[in-house]
Amino acid sequence: MIPLMHVILDVSEEAVKAGAREFQEVLEAKLRKEFLSEDVRILESANLGVSGRGVCLLVYPDEVYYGNLKPGDAARIVEQHFINGKPVEELFLGSPETRRLMEWRRKEGIIKKGRGRVVLDNVGAVDPESLSEYRSRDGFKALEEAVRNGTPEGVLETVKESGLRGRGGAGFPTGMKWEAVKDAPGDRKYVICNADEGEPGTFKDRILLEGDPFRILEAMALAGYATGAREGFVYVRGEYRTSIDRLENAIRLSRDAGYLGPNVLGSSFSFEVKVKEGAGAYICGEETALIESLEGKRGTPRLKPPYPTTEGLWGRPTVVNNVETLANVPPILRNGAAWFRQFGTERSPGTKIYLIIGHVVSPGLVEMETTTSLRELIYGFGGGIRGRRRLKAVQVGGSSGGIFDPSVLDEAMHFDALKEKGGILGSGSMLVMDETTCIVDMVHGILNFFLHESCGSCVPCRIGNERLVRAVNGFRTGSARMSDIDLLEEIASAMKVASYCALGQSPYLPLATAIRYFREEFAEHVNGKCRAGVCRFNVLKERQEAQRWMLAMSR
Amino acid sequence: MTTRQIVRSLEPTQDNLLAILHRVQNDSTRNFLDEPEIREVADYLELPYSFVYGVATFYSMFSVQPRGRHVVRVCASPPCHLMGGRTIRDELREYLGVEFGDTTEDGLFTLEMSSCLGTCGIAPAMMIDGEIYGNLDGVRLREIIDRKRREEP
Repeated sequence: MIPLMHVILDVSEEAVKAGAREFQEVLEAKLRKEFLSEDVRILESANLGVSGRGVCLLVYPDEVYYGNLKPGDAARIVEQHFINGKPVEELFLGSPETRRLMEWRRKEGIIKKGRGRVVLDNVGAVDPESLSEYRSRDGFKALEEAVRNGTPEGVLETVKESGLRGRGGAGFPTGMKWEAVKDAPGDRKYVICNADEGEPGTFKDRILLEGDPFRILEAMALAGYATGAREGFVYVRGEYRTSIDRLENAIRLSRDAGYLGPNVLGSSFSFEVKVKEGAGAYICGEETALIESLEGKRGTPRLKPPYPTTEGLWGRPTVVNNVETLANVPPILRNGAAWFRQFGTERSPGTKIYLIIGHVVSPGLVEMETTTSLRELIYGFGGGIRGRRRLKAVQVGGSSGGIFDPSVLDEAMHFDALKEKGGILGSGSMLVMDETTCIVDMVHGILNFFLHESCGSCVPCRIGNERLVRAVNGFRTGSARMSDIDLLEEIASAMKVASYCALGQSPYLPLATAIRYFREEFAEHVNGKCRAGVCRFNVLKERQEAQRWMLAMSR
Repeated sequence: MTTRQIVRSLEPTQDNLLAILHRVQNDSTRNFLDEPEIREVADYLELPYSFVYGVATFYSMFSVQPRGRHVVRVCASPPCHLMGGRTIRDELREYLGVEFGDTTEDGLFTLEMSSCLGTCGIAPAMMIDGEIYGNLDGVRLREIIDRKRREEP
């Protein structure tokens, strides 16, 4: 029996300390008493996206968050909310500000409209550990149809027609990638799901893996079917423990039911999936570094070409797709390319998961059409800038994305949107900064990140990042000269031209855009002024900090 | 299980190297990979010791130095930095009394930095062993560390 409601209980260590298990016991007893145990399913999550708010509960399909609950509240929630459909407002999580926002979102239908279009419709609505619940939402229908009545060419054609573009950051057409692997010579081919999500500001893949793992497996099998691959790997970053466990469970159940393994659903198509765990290296999100790591080596990138589509894992043709990209595949095949194309724009069809974080009232993630403007995302979904401050800047696309001033607010967030302004959509992350932010200090933080994550195998990236951090630190300590502004850009553009992989090319964009939009602030720092009051212009303190950073990195 | 048994719990193919190292390290009471353990893994996979050592030192989740019982990883990503991550780093350093990369005298905590924990919605954040703690401030930070200390026998 498929439950009508799902209740997600926060069972993080902190929540358990606050009495989550006691609450659960009372809630379960109450549900039994009301004969609702079958209809209301309690799921456990170690990370609800809230932290330090006592016992928390997230109720679907209403998407209501409760917080700081006592066992005594369980009966009220069941009676008032579950049975009579009136959420218990006094127990809602958060400040009055966030409550008003949640109310507004519900009224505007953003939650209903934004959610459940293409990618996130199962997340929170199914038990991620139950195959039957996935199947109840048309899960594995696309695979079934393909192996029983379809052809690999047909699957490939639909994906190509849909115009789906890679959601990992580059926006490469997925169908073209699959076709290249299909056409590549060789009898052994592989499918890799890139789940090494490490881009700062990005946690969409984790939500998909934790909330809907079967969908990723179905998509990988479809990719294998279309390209002629018989084996797939999900490379998950080591920090995502829950994702790894849920995937392992999903693989086992799917295999037992015949959706994976030899002769999928009695057909001649066989497909195996294995999970591979990373061990903490941002660079492994780069596809060739990921392949090296998967083979059991240090994760240093390979020179391209040859691309993985012809020489990938163990030198064989390999599809490497991001988690969100794959999550689009089953609904596209179920509903057709035309259905998918009704969302978004001609060149960026479909939806995108956007992550709105930083100085907004209510940080989080939302799936919207690619026609959505930055303004809607920040002021609509994000609830605006916290503390009634003013928006100063937004970094779009993760740490390697551009930093813009509010003049870009009305741009639609599709793949080609920021191109003329020199930006990228990247991972879909929007880091919102209010006027208390110092741009120079933020750029320093971003460059420090790249310095830490440079694998060191090529000189421009290894030395360049170190030089960049040192140069930008000059602005924070007051020892920089005006000409250093151009020096920063010069180093970064040399790195962009000469680096081995995308990591060494990444500092250029945030740096160049920060200088373009906030040049004045860099200049002020030369004269010992930080308008946000963040930089201390204390040479010794900053030296100390830099030494600490280097030391921490070397261990 | 002995190290030998743990190492042999997976097939001897090179693509299992990271998984084997994870298992060996998880079994270590000091959260690290000892030289004899690395040798055992190298022998099993028929790889040079230097190669396995090279892999173990490339990835930030592995350590070849003994660590504390709990590994505290503070997120040093730009989003956490924006939300006050530096203050958190400084406070943790002070409260634990160690530099990044070091272990407290009682052997309980090793302080480390992570470049992004992927929990940017609750920044600033840290991870102790497998557990995420977000929306941190000085008070919460001390509470969490104190609680971990109290749990020790």
